[in-house]
This record gives sequence, structure tokens and C-alpha cells, in this order.
Amino acid sequence: MKDYLTFLWRVWRVSFQGSAKFYLWMTLLTALTLVGVHAWARQFVAGLETTGMTNQVSWGAYIANFTFLVGVAAAAVMLVIPAYIYKKEFMHEVVIFGELMAIAVIVMCLLFVMVDLGRPDRFLHMIPPFGIFNWPGSILSWDVIVLNGYLLLNLHIAGYLLYCRYRQQKPAKPFYIPFVFISIAWAVSIHTVTAFLYVGLAGRSYWHHPLVPSRFLASAFVAGPGLMILTFQIIRRVTRYYIGDQPIFTLRMIMTVAMIINMFLLGSELFTEFYSPTMHAAAAHYLYFGLHGHHGLVPWIWTAIALDFLGLLLLITPLSRKIGWLNLACVVCFLGVWIEKGMGLIIPGFVPSPLGQVVEYLPTLNETLVCLGVWAFGALLFSWMVRVAIPIMNGSLRAHPQLNPLTKS
Amino acid sequence: MNSDPQNEVSPQTLERVYQPVTRRTFLKGTAAAVAGLAGLGAALSPLLALERGELTLEALLQKRYRELKPEELRRILKALEDQCEREYGVRPAVHDRKARAGVEFGYALNLTRCIGCRKCAYGCLKENNQSRDAADDLEMSYIRVLELDKGGMNLETSTLYYDPPTVPQEGKFYMPVQCQQCRQPPCTKVCPVRATWQEETDGIVVVDYNWCIGCRYCMAACPYDARRFNYKKPALPPAEINPNQDYLSNRLRYKGVVEKCTFCLQRSRAGKYPACLEVCPTGARIFGDLRDPKSEIRYVLDHKRVYILKEEVGTLPRFYYFFDK
Repeated sequence: MKDYLTFLWRVWRVSFQGSAKFYLWMTLLTALTLVGVHAWARQFVAGLETTGMTNQVSWGAYIANFTFLVGVAAAAVMLVIPAYIYKKEFMHEVVIFGELMAIAVIVMCLLFVMVDLGRPDRFLHMIPPFGIFNWPGSILSWDVIVLNGYLLLNLHIAGYLLYCRYRQQKPAKPFYIPFVFISIAWAVSIHTVTAFLYVGLAGRSYWHHPLVPSRFLASAFVAGPGLMILTFQIIRRVTRYYIGDQPIFTLRMIMTVAMIINMFLLGSELFTEFYSPTMHAAAAHYLYFGLHGHHGLVPWIWTAIALDFLGLLLLITPLSRKIGWLNLACVVCFLGVWIEKGMGLIIPGFVPSPLGQVVEYLPTLNETLVCLGVWAFGALLFSWMVRVAIPIMNGSLRAHPQLNPLTKS
Repeated sequence: MNSDPQNEVSPQTLERVYQPVTRRTFLKGTAAAVAGLAGLGAALSPLLALERGELTLEALLQKRYRELKPEELRRILKALEDQCEREYGVRPAVHDRKARAGVEFGYALNLTRCIGCRKCAYGCLKENNQSRDAADDLEMSYIRVLELDKGGMNLETSTLYYDPPTVPQEGKFYMPVQCQQCRQPPCTKVCPVRATWQEETDGIVVVDYNWCIGCRYCMAACPYDARRFNYKKPALPPAEINPNQDYLSNRLRYKGVVEKCTFCLQRSRAGKYPACLEVCPTGARIFGDLRDPKSEIRYVLDHKRVYILKEEVGTLPRFYYFFDK
């Protein structure tokens, strides 16, 4: 127990060790987080009228970001599977960062749900024993369970492995291997359940079709690994931790396959909607071409499609074997999927409304600042976890250090 | 600082982690903590604008309607009356009218007769204490009247904001849509906290405004656009408050919660017709007890051609449209 408190104390101390650049980065993120907190406080006082949402488009940027990020969190599984099932040694050096990213991203997801609530003061109503679960009826109750479960699993796995490393002990398999395997299935479940949130609504024909969960997973396994490839390069550039090219190119392969599947599913969707355009294709028509003179989402979706195609092209050609091109592919895929799953999936579900009205949605400045704040907080959390994890992983922060008597602080 | 140019945390700086905190570090840390707290305080400063009594411990701890003991509910009803009087200078009577045994409400609307005058939508607003920014602001009314082209029933090409000098217009017909009080309501199924449910006997779908968390999942689930959300504190002129209120229907709402049509249960459970029926100038609306074989609504269902809106989504509405000829 005392050892653990010492551990926490050292973690706390090491959090504040860093170069001027590190301080600048963390200060910037803190400032952006506070800007978001400020915007949220205004929203809390005035109500959700500070957002662009209406009775017709009752979910907007918050839920869009939430949906996208659940996918990014689930994508940690693409490091876990090669590491633990295919026993790729080189993946073990990075798998911890996938788990830490999952933690940070799940926290962002939960924050996006919180900021979307009309009555955040009553959030305990969602959590028994203070509140009530509408289980198994409400998919949102399922989502509360799977998201928090995934958070706990990753906290346990990453926390346990780091603590063992800190104590320079071999981790005891029964304490983490079962959880690793549960987390694999669980990762798939978080994104599937989130897809079911939408698919389950028979009244919204744009969402009510069986391709949605598959496309969710496919696009998640594009955006998540894309973000990881970029993150790993930043880590190996700015910290004392070696990450080879092998994990990066394994992720590239995963991204490529996922992107091909994603684009194939997109094609199937477009064919179904437009070959025999029924009344139910109105939402897709609004998204891609506009409806009754309203074209709000048209530039967004075509940008997303262009980015997706560019990403696919880069990924399937040898070009992306060069790290520079691969980075470009990651950036365009990440942005493409973010638009496609955010603005492209959530908003058209509400346009036209069930009674046929076209009410367009555009996030307000205040809403955008809240989103920015949540993203900044996620980045802050992840940066902090990496800052602490790296000295532990490379053995410089440990329980029984051999201090050099010559260096005095 | 002993910094290794290649790395952010060098072994030298790390060794300090094992040493006791120096006075210098302590002072720096304290200064940073103060700055951080000041920043957080500044960020949260808009919260100072919260009105007094807007967030009370009592309200936070209040249980869901269905879990309330009778004496707790009585106290709450009185508190609601006091609050309305304090805020608006009008003392309402907030009732808790229970469903009558053996009664199941149904509603039928004659599309041949409806002329699209929107009197029902205004009547709804007057009865149910919804928020309104102007006298003609129908956004929160529970009834949406659609104008459709004759020769089909395509909602997708319908108009809500029609504004001709007179109605009905040539070549058009009109279709008011409100909560269909479904037997299989998707909205109650998706609510994560059971803040909305279907009453077992009379079948009315209600919302507990003190339990709703404002996630708006029910609005996404409703195929009839029948639910409204309070994006701000309801704007309601004191002179327009209807003092005949019920806990589960038209009592004053809060910012951040969902509301909907309850077939005016403050009226219907007292044996009266819903407000939208009373104001209809053409007699297009029929309301009554589906279980009473002699009721008017049963006559309509038995003798007229009945149309169910979006029957294909499987919600089994208790709201029917019918035609005269």
C-alpha cells in the first residue's frame, strides 16, 4: 500500500518534468480545455439554445463527435489482436499506447454525452443505484454499460502492466490476460452497441439499415490506426522511447483492408439508395445532392468522399510505404471518416424530419468551442499518460532506482 | 535545467522525482496551482448567472414519479404550486389525476373535414403551457398541421409553414399530426432512465419532467415528430398560464427536458375532451374510450375507412385518420 502511494507520488512528480516545449504544449491544451469549460458553463446556464440544434435536428456536433470517437477507442483492439493473439513481439512495445489512447478517447466520449444532456445535473439518474437503468430496452443504457466497462478494462490492464513494469516484476498472467481477451470482444461491442443506437430506430430510415454497424467498424479501423500511426511517430521523435517501423506498417495494412471494406460498403449503400430512389432515400439525397433547395451538407460529404478516395489511393499503392505519404494518408483518412461519420451520418438522420420538413443544422460558435474543449482535454489526458508511461516503460522510473550519487538536484 | 536535447525526460531530471521536494519546486507548484484554479474559476464564471433556487439539493434528490410515496408527491405538488405563484404571480392547482380503470383513450381525425386552420395547434398551446416567444409561435405546440398535395400522401413533400390568406387551398388537403399514443411506443423503449412511459390503463405516454435527463433519444426515436425539447427556460407570459395543471402533463416545464402531447390528460382524465377537439371548428376530431362499444370513436373505427400514419413502422397508434367519402 505504501509502495503504491509512493508510486502515485512519483507519477505525480514526473508529470511535471519536461522541456519548455512540453510545458508549452500542456499549457496550450489546458487553456483550450478551459475555453471549452467556459463555453459549457454558458450552455449550462442558458440551456441548449446556445447550440444549433432544434426540435427537428435534435442531435448535432456533440453526438457526431461521440460516435466517431467510440470508433477510435474501439480501434485499440487493432494493436491488441496482433500483440496477444498473433504474438507479434514488436506490437508489445506499442500496445500500451493503444490502451492509453482508448482510455483518453473513452473519457472524451463520456464528456461528449455529458455536454449533450439537457439536464447534466441529473446524470446520476443514468447510474444505479442512484438512478434507473432501462435495461435491456434502451440501447443507451447498454452504451453506458459497455463504454464504462471498456474504460475500466483498459484502466486495469494499462495500470496493472505499468505498475508491474515500475516494480520490475513480471506481470502475473491471470491478472491481465483474461481481461485482455475480454477487452477484444468488448472493443467490438462498444462500437456495435453505438451503431445499434441508430440502427434500432425504425422511424429513421436513413439509420435503420443493417450495413450501419459494419460500416461503423470498418471506418473505425481506418481512423483509429491512422491516428495511432501519427501518434507513434510523434512519440518516437520527442521522447526517449523506441518504436520501430514494424508496428506502423502493420497498422498501415490494417487501415488499407479496413478502408477497402469501408468504401465497398459505401458503394453498396449508395447503390441501394439511388438505383431505386424511394421516399426513404430523401435523407441520402439531402446529404449528397441537397433537397428542396437546401444543400448544407453537400460540400461536407463530397469533401469526405474525396478525402476517403485519396486515402484509399495512397494506401493501396506502394506510395504509402514511404512514411511521408503514409502520414498524408492517415491525415486524410482521419478527416474523411470524421466528416462522414459525424456530419454525414448523424445529421441526415434528422433531415428531412419524420414529417418531411427540411431544417438545416449548423453548429454555433459556442457549441464548437465546447467540442474543441473536449478534444483538447482528451489530448491533454493522453499526453499526460504518455508522459508518465514512457519513463516507466523504458525503465527509468521504477520502484528501486539505482541513484547516481554524483548527480545532485 | 539539465535537459537532454534528444529527450524530454532525461535520466538526470528523473532523479529529482526520487528526491524530496525542494522549496523552489514547492513554490513553483503552488504558484501553478493557484494560476490553474484561478483559470478554472474564470472559466466557470458564467455559472454565477444561475438563478437562485434553480439547482436545489431537494430537486436533485427527488425520486421518479412512480417511486414517490403519496405524501412525498403531495408535498411536491404543493411546492410546484408555490413556485409558480412566486415566479409568475399565478397560483395553479397542480393535480395528480390517475387513469380511470377500464378506460383506454383513442383519437380519430377526419381528413375530409380538416381545413388546415391550425386552431387545434393554437388551442394546444393555450391549454398546455408551452414555451412561446410570440403569440403566434407554434414551435412548441404538440400539433403540427401539414399541407399536402391532393393525389397522394407523401409527407416528404408536405409543407408545415403554409401561409395563404384563406384555407383550405385548392388542390391541397391538411393533416394535423400529434403524438399517436402508440401501443408500441419507440420513445419509451429508448429512454435510458425510464423518465417516459406508457400508462398501463388509458395508454397515454407521459414524461416525468423531474426525471428526464434531456438526452433527446426519444425525439430521435419518434416517427411522428411528436416530442418537443426545452432548449431554454420556457418563455410563458403570466397572463397566459393555464392554472388547471397536472403533474404528468401541463404543469410548468423546466429548461432541458422533453415534453409531448398527453391527450390533455388534465382534461381527459377529468371526463372532458382534449383542448384540440374543443376548438376544432369543423368537428373533424373524435375522441373517446376505445373499450366502450358505444363510444363515438368505436363507431368511427367500425364504420369508416381508417388510415394509420406510418403503419409500417409497427408502432400501433391509438390515433386514427379517417375519410368521409
